[in-house]
Amino acid sequence: MSRNSEERGFDLDEGRPGGGAPHGRTGGRRFRRRKVCRFCVDKVDYIDFKDVKLLTSYVPERSKILPRRISGACAPHQRMLAEAIKRARNIALLPYTAD
Amino acid sequence: MAEKRIYEVVFIIDTGTGEDETTRLIEGLQRIVTDLGGTITKSESMGRRTLAYKIGRKTEGNYMLFEIEGTGREIAELERRMRVNDAILRYLTVRVDEERQRAEKLKARRARKASKRPFAGASGGRGGAAVALAGDEEEA
Repeated sequence: MSRNSEERGFDLDEGRPGGGAPHGRTGGRRFRRRKVCRFCVDKVDYIDFKDVKLLTSYVPERSKILPRRISGACAPHQRMLAEAIKRARNIALLPYTAD
Repeated sequence: MAEKRIYEVVFIIDTGTGEDETTRLIEGLQRIVTDLGGTITKSESMGRRTLAYKIGRKTEGNYMLFEIEGTGREIAELERRMRVNDAILRYLTVRVDEERQRAEKLKARRARKASKRPFAGASGGRGGAAVALAGDEEEA
């Protein structure tokens, strides 16, 4: 039974039928798919700073680190990711700024 | 300082350096490490890449990766040498043994969790479905 109550946590933002409430409505909750940390799904334990291909997908044009609310990464993985990006920047694998 | 530490050293060699000069340089660096009691467990070229930003007017460089096992003394000397050498545009040393240990720990924890809850995730993540299922069980 304890398992069920744990899993009910997922349904917090199920939203209302016919979702997509107009912007600015305070009362209505808008439907949003719950993001799952991609690294948890893939069971990543260590994010390598040499993996440029992976890291570039987390630094959009302005070369800023993609925030958690958008990347959907969980806190431990976001931390690893940020660390890896900073290391990669140091050795010119990733840019500090978009010029 | 008896413990062994593992380091990853990445450095960028100027593309203007000649081929045999580059190999000589790399061998020299390796010798520094081994002379001071460290061992090089991996030494590989990451190839020629364009730099993400200019370093001293250079736009590309040859990336090299060393994996070194040692006490830390050889790293200090290696870094000093690289700092002095003009052919090396930049270097980065990362101590990886602790991070790897942590990764191992996470892996172990995941394995333990998986064995404890063999059905976790089988209900498809939809709380409603799981609850309905439980209800059915109670009726039966």
